[in-house]
Amino acid sequence: MNSWSILSVVTFLPLLGALIIFVIPGNDAVAKNNARMAALFTTIFTFFVSLLIWFHFDNSQAGFQFVEKYDWMGENFSYHMGVDGISMLFVILTTFVMPLSILASWDSVQERVKEYMIAFLVLESLMIGVFCSLDLLMFYVFFEAGLIPMFLIIGVWGGKRRVYASFKFFLYTLLGSVLMLLAIMAMYMDAGTTDISKLLTYKFSTEPIHFWGMTISGGLQTILWWAFFASFAVKMPMWPVHTWLPDAHVEAPTAGSVILAAILLKMGGYGFLRFSIPMFPVASDTFAIVVFVLSCIAIVYTSLVALVQEDIKKLIAYSSIAHMGFVTMGIFTATAQGIQGGIFQMLSHGIVSAALFLCIGVVYDRMHTREISAYGGLVNRMPLYAVFFMIFTMANVGLPGTSGFVGEFLALIGAFKANTWVAFVATFGVILSAAYALWLYRRVIFGKLEKASLKNITDLNMREVAILAPLVLLTILFGIWPAPIIDVTTASVEQLLHNYKNAVQAAHDAALLASR
Amino acid sequence: MNIYTLIVFLPLVGFLVAGLFGKAIGVKASEYLTSGLLLISAALSWVVFYQIGLSGNPAGPKSILLLHWLTSGNLNLSWSIRVDTLTAVMLVVVTSVSSLVHVYSIGYMHHDQHRQRFFAYLSLFTFAMLMLVTADNFMQMFFGWEGVGLASYLLIGFWYHKPAANAAAIKAFVVNRVGDFGFALGIFAIFFVFGSMDFDTVFAAANAQKGMTMQFLSWEFDVMTVICLLLFMGAMGKSAQLLLHTWLPDAMEGPTPVSALIHAATMVTAGVFMVARLSPLFELSPTALQVVTFIGASTAIFAATVGVTQNDIKRVVAYSTCSQLGYMFVALGVGAYGAGIFHLFTHAFFKALLFLGSGAVIHAVSDEQDMRKMGGLAKKIPYTYAMMIIGTIALTGVGIPTLIGTAGFYSKDAIIESAFAAHSWVGNYAFWMTVAAAFLTSFYSWRLIFMTFHGPSRVEEEAAKHIHESPNVMLIPLYLLAVGALVSGFVFKDFFIGHDPAHFWGKSISDTKEIVAAMHHVPLWVKLSPFVMMVGGFFLAWLFYIKFTKLPALFARIFRPVYLFSYNKWYFDELYNLIFIRPAMWLGRLFWKGGDGKIIDGLGPDGIAARVLDITRGATRMQTGYVYHYAFVMLIGLAAIISWFMFGDVTGATMSGGVK
Repeated sequence: MNSWSILSVVTFLPLLGALIIFVIPGNDAVAKNNARMAALFTTIFTFFVSLLIWFHFDNSQAGFQFVEKYDWMGENFSYHMGVDGISMLFVILTTFVMPLSILASWDSVQERVKEYMIAFLVLESLMIGVFCSLDLLMFYVFFEAGLIPMFLIIGVWGGKRRVYASFKFFLYTLLGSVLMLLAIMAMYMDAGTTDISKLLTYKFSTEPIHFWGMTISGGLQTILWWAFFASFAVKMPMWPVHTWLPDAHVEAPTAGSVILAAILLKMGGYGFLRFSIPMFPVASDTFAIVVFVLSCIAIVYTSLVALVQEDIKKLIAYSSIAHMGFVTMGIFTATAQGIQGGIFQMLSHGIVSAALFLCIGVVYDRMHTREISAYGGLVNRMPLYAVFFMIFTMANVGLPGTSGFVGEFLALIGAFKANTWVAFVATFGVILSAAYALWLYRRVIFGKLEKASLKNITDLNMREVAILAPLVLLTILFGIWPAPIIDVTTASVEQLLHNYKNAVQAAHDAALLASR
Repeated sequence: MNIYTLIVFLPLVGFLVAGLFGKAIGVKASEYLTSGLLLISAALSWVVFYQIGLSGNPAGPKSILLLHWLTSGNLNLSWSIRVDTLTAVMLVVVTSVSSLVHVYSIGYMHHDQHRQRFFAYLSLFTFAMLMLVTADNFMQMFFGWEGVGLASYLLIGFWYHKPAANAAAIKAFVVNRVGDFGFALGIFAIFFVFGSMDFDTVFAAANAQKGMTMQFLSWEFDVMTVICLLLFMGAMGKSAQLLLHTWLPDAMEGPTPVSALIHAATMVTAGVFMVARLSPLFELSPTALQVVTFIGASTAIFAATVGVTQNDIKRVVAYSTCSQLGYMFVALGVGAYGAGIFHLFTHAFFKALLFLGSGAVIHAVSDEQDMRKMGGLAKKIPYTYAMMIIGTIALTGVGIPTLIGTAGFYSKDAIIESAFAAHSWVGNYAFWMTVAAAFLTSFYSWRLIFMTFHGPSRVEEEAAKHIHESPNVMLIPLYLLAVGALVSGFVFKDFFIGHDPAHFWGKSISDTKEIVAAMHHVPLWVKLSPFVMMVGGFFLAWLFYIKFTKLPALFARIFRPVYLFSYNKWYFDELYNLIFIRPAMWLGRLFWKGGDGKIIDGLGPDGIAARVLDITRGATRMQTGYVYHYAFVMLIGLAAIISWFMFGDVTGATMSGGVK
């Protein structure tokens, strides 16, 4: 399949679309519509091309597939692409969510439509690039460049406090980015390459380092682990570096929130799986407990915070943080169930949170408020909407039979193996999620329709049904039949675990030997 | 397509068609389709029940693979249907009551605007319940478990314009989730210990775990005790046992057919079913069984004491359900699984009858549920009255000791006897509690009958004009249930609690011959005690509500604290509100405003931004333009550099010494 470089095609197709929109002349209604159509067509086409990757993907292979490699800056930095069982589905998720986001912006965005569509298409290219890159430098460029269109989307098309939100977003990510760049430089100096597939088998030293009177017992690996951790933890986001997310969500336009929740957050989890666990296994093993504690805090703390929110988007944003807590917890259990649960949870959350933000967008477009108290009794005039919202709420609650259950269930199984306390605390999340999600549903959807402003609200139109229906289908399909998703990841995860266990074991043996 | 798959999936077909195309095919078609499919499902269930249970040749569990779910590491799960005697009993109970409730609802919900939705939900519930009872592994059981929870939530909140119904729906779901918290941890523990979630694999390996310990939350515990107690927490939630019972009375906000089907006959018995299904595990932990008995007995007496003072007709029956579920757990706890399931079986008939009968009463008096506004209805709705009487005598266990009686006479007495036969402290506790509860059961049941049907009419004027007997579509299901309430005990007692459990149950429950034998050989006074209690309760109720009708008010005044304690359900709701709900909200606000706002943002981004501003302001102020200011700063800088060079090698030495 790599005879025609499918990964590059999928990555840069959206950019091509952006270019086409760029040359559309004029700024009248026709031009706006052409921009929308071009963006929609590009994203749908990209989605179908990306499906070819899935169809030709060999589940039994653990290594990278569809590999492309060209020299870039000398021999040391190359243009190197490829996907394995861990990254492939994120590419599909990205290309799948994108057309829905474009459709969701159809009527709600009327200002600077061309620029808006260009920003989204550029963003799509960069996000796909993140998941396909097999060169550290390339990964970094995609990873950081993706922030720019997102800044613009929030900053230009966002709500009232958009400047505050984007500034907060910037401050947090800046910290992580700087540390990660330094770490990448250190890795290059140590290993002599930025090729991810080579780095995966490179052993970073765990010899203690003495530094200005301090001793870092885990050595270089520990320093690198923390540097990457800082960056990914902000992206996830993990407690306590999560406070940018609710603000960013609240200020972002609907489609911005969708992309933020569905794809951008997943880069953190993907980073842990691509870098932290395989490249720094000993440090990951040592500091897993830190991740567990932060994950447990995230699950309980943010669920409680979600319980008292007055803004629908903020509530869902906080619930996202709680759900990401299950992901980080699962990944660092270093068990097959935990990691596959983490991956599944990310994919499922990509579908469900996207759907929930789209649902919020539906009523926001009509009422222009996100205050929960401004709603109530919507079921009376929007029965179809109520059904969709109910299904996604239940998926958010993690009801078996929806995709939301599978990831949580697997991650918790893994956690129970790793540490019963972690599983015990995290399982409180299932009680709290039911409480905040159902209470939100009740306040928005159920009850009598008494507010005068809601008397003429209309149910979903065809476009909105077309956006939400595929999400419902996938939510239920993957809940009942998760095997096709899980099977894609199995070989890669098994290899990851195999290498991880060996590295940790070797480190333990060495430590034992040294102590004798 | 085999018969088992049909039984389970016909209701799903009904749900999908009525749910998706209800508007297109119309109300009548939705009603007839869902009810028809359920009736077929019920007929097939009886066939299965006969083949597996009654033919005297119980086959081992049959397992039918439906669809592979996932494989992750050593975890391998599939959707599959397991059929053995225990499943067959549950199939009969679920589909029979469900089909009758479907038919009854055609009449009861006649005036409602959203009947398609109602019937779709009923069928969805039935499907989830069938998935639960046919589960072959813990994951599928959990799927059915939460699925019935969803259906229950949707049906309690069916009248979504009522705030009380919405609140009750959420409460039901969340309280059940508290139970599921334990259930889920139990499942994780099962997988952790056994490396599998399939029932057969786990049961086969369980014996080897007896007496072993595992670390849970930093303590060493007996493996099977930890697992069983965690799982039992789930059962307590679903079956509304003491501490997790608070949702059940509130669930009465849902339409009455729902109360009959979900909150009396089927869903709430899921916990009982679970313990019986997992009896090979519970048998290995005497501690867990003691807890089951203790909680069951305490619930039986607790709910009965509350039931005697309630005025809402449905709440009385709801507390009665709660209490009877306690009885079932007592039987399970002392190892008489057959007796527990037998009571589940008979209870489904007479409790569904009582609920649907109450529904007919409510229907007759224009949706009034307060018994203080009823009275004297016997003559006006005689058929309903007769049905309620039959339900009551079955519940209270009317019969001639050692000879013949109604359904409850066999099943309830068997439980009381098995508790006595256990000869343990917890068994004795359970015996006295259940005997006392039998007295209260009789009292509140007859109180209900007397307040509703006897004495002068207290019906409000407007409603009194419209009192009418229910249509046949509602009455015929009552008649059928009445037959079950009268004869199901007599007909099936030799199967469920016969001398050789294996003859009927096969290997589906871990009943021992010993407990069954001991149960049949208790002293005569033990056998007579429930009868005496039943008669005593009836007599007292007659005294209070027929003969001297001023007595209840007098007693309420004299024993006011006791009365209030009972009337307010032992203040559990108030207590939980105080210790769980308010602190959760308080913590949420604290974490939000204090944690996120003041601490994280204050020290983090907002704080940094503020410091940056401070520094820039400071820097601006430093540029004063006075030469001596600049000279002074230069002097400080010079001093710093000199000191660095003077003391620098000390630091340098440590550094180089450190790096080596």
